[in-house]
Amino acid sequence: MIVHAEFTKLLTGVFAILVVATVIGQILKARLGAENNVVENLVARINAWWGMVVLLALAMLGGQAGVVILFALLSFAGLREFLTLTAKRRADHWALVVSFFVILPVQYVLIWVDWYGMFSVFIPVYAFLLLPIVIAVQGDTDGYLTRVAETQWGLMICVFAASHVPALLSLNIPGYEGKNVLLVAFLVVVVQLSDVLQYVWGKLIGRHKIAPHLSPSKTWEGFVGGVASASAVGAGLWWMTPFTPLEAAGLALVITLMGFFGGLVMSAIKRDKGVKDWGHLIAGHGGFIDRLDSVVFSAPVFFHLTRYFWSVA
Amino acid sequence: MFRAFLSQRVGTAIALFARLVTAVRGVWHGVDPVPHQRIYFANHTSNGDFVLIWTVLPPALRARTRPVAGSDYWLTNKLKTFIGREVFNAVLIDRNRDTRTNDPVTQMVSALDDGASLILFPEGTRNMTDEPLLPFKPGLFHLAQARSKVELVPTWIENLNSVMPKGKVIPVPLLCSVTFGAPLEVVAGEDKAAFLARAQVALAELAQEAAR
Repeated sequence: MIVHAEFTKLLTGVFAILVVATVIGQILKARLGAENNVVENLVARINAWWGMVVLLALAMLGGQAGVVILFALLSFAGLREFLTLTAKRRADHWALVVSFFVILPVQYVLIWVDWYGMFSVFIPVYAFLLLPIVIAVQGDTDGYLTRVAETQWGLMICVFAASHVPALLSLNIPGYEGKNVLLVAFLVVVVQLSDVLQYVWGKLIGRHKIAPHLSPSKTWEGFVGGVASASAVGAGLWWMTPFTPLEAAGLALVITLMGFFGGLVMSAIKRDKGVKDWGHLIAGHGGFIDRLDSVVFSAPVFFHLTRYFWSVA
Repeated sequence: MFRAFLSQRVGTAIALFARLVTAVRGVWHGVDPVPHQRIYFANHTSNGDFVLIWTVLPPALRARTRPVAGSDYWLTNKLKTFIGREVFNAVLIDRNRDTRTNDPVTQMVSALDDGASLILFPEGTRNMTDEPLLPFKPGLFHLAQARSKVELVPTWIENLNSVMPKGKVIPVPLLCSVTFGAPLEVVAGEDKAAFLARAQVALAELAQEAAR
């Protein structure tokens, strides 16, 4: 197990933020009362953050195995939430079993063995063609296209896109050998911090709703403030990446924008399906997808940009 | 002694497995999880139904809650018999009217008199239709007549029919919930048909609530 100095530094910073957040949460609780819904939710969120940060840190200390296993489990939890809401009938049973117990594990094995040529097409090509076959041979055509399409969407979002986070470990960047886990940390910290900062800016000065039908809590002030400040933090984290400060800022901007729109897209699906949260397992946050939506949308783009411009074969 | 230990461990393992697959959540909508004597009457779409209810009950309540199940299903092999009898301590009733020797209502009443709470599926069999509920069998009415102090709690199980449809062996991991509604009020002099219709409406309304 190699612990990079950069990782220790980052973790210290994150813990410092959490300590400050926890203190602020407790002060607000004392001032406004424990019955205040916003404060109660805030405290629950902060508590959940402690758990998520510790879990992520442990996974990263476990290197490739840790990160691959963690994201395979997150994909499982996410896919479970997603497919709970999608259209399905008895005839889809085998397609669902195959999705969970064949496609998901195979994708992560391909990530584990660094087989880029296969993991980047396995779900978009092979699963995409296999699933409609598995469903068609059952003979039930009621809502067939909807069922096939929604199941494929679940796999693309919760498995394919999410698996691009551990896929960062397979990149071969000259002068950055053995440090790829820091790329994972960079992506996750920037995208999650962006979510948090959008929430904070929105709560402090948010006035103008950006998408009242999709996500009533998102405001222009939160969006601009969150994206700008998270990009600035991303630039400030350049020392743990193979990027220059300017490149880090650009990538952080792309990550935060994709993350923001990822949240919007996943909200649209929730509204469509008539639910408020994807699940209930992370107190204060909702389901796993509620926390992962932004990561999932930014990870593939961050992966491919980094691969194209910095990685060698 | 060893069997009791084993059946307890198997029970815990089954509940853990149910949680891993379904992340099942108990929603105490109309009652609290307190040790009143109750009949939880629920919709029935899968063999896993009572496992889910059993899983979301607090351990203290779980220990004294017995599912009512068909002996024609549960006594067909040794493993099922062990699980049905020892792990879940089920009240096993014979659903075949013509050949049975025990009266199901008598069996259930005697379980109530021993202090147990019951899990009952008044539809009598797994619902394979697109209707939310099948017509209720009269057993619930007879139990309510015989032991009027026992609370009748409508219990809606959401989504398990997709996790494990009839005839399938491998469960699909999907989120499930179990929602407990307010106990049925006692209405003096109500006849069987009216009572069963009211019970059915209460459960169907709870389903609407659970979908929200």
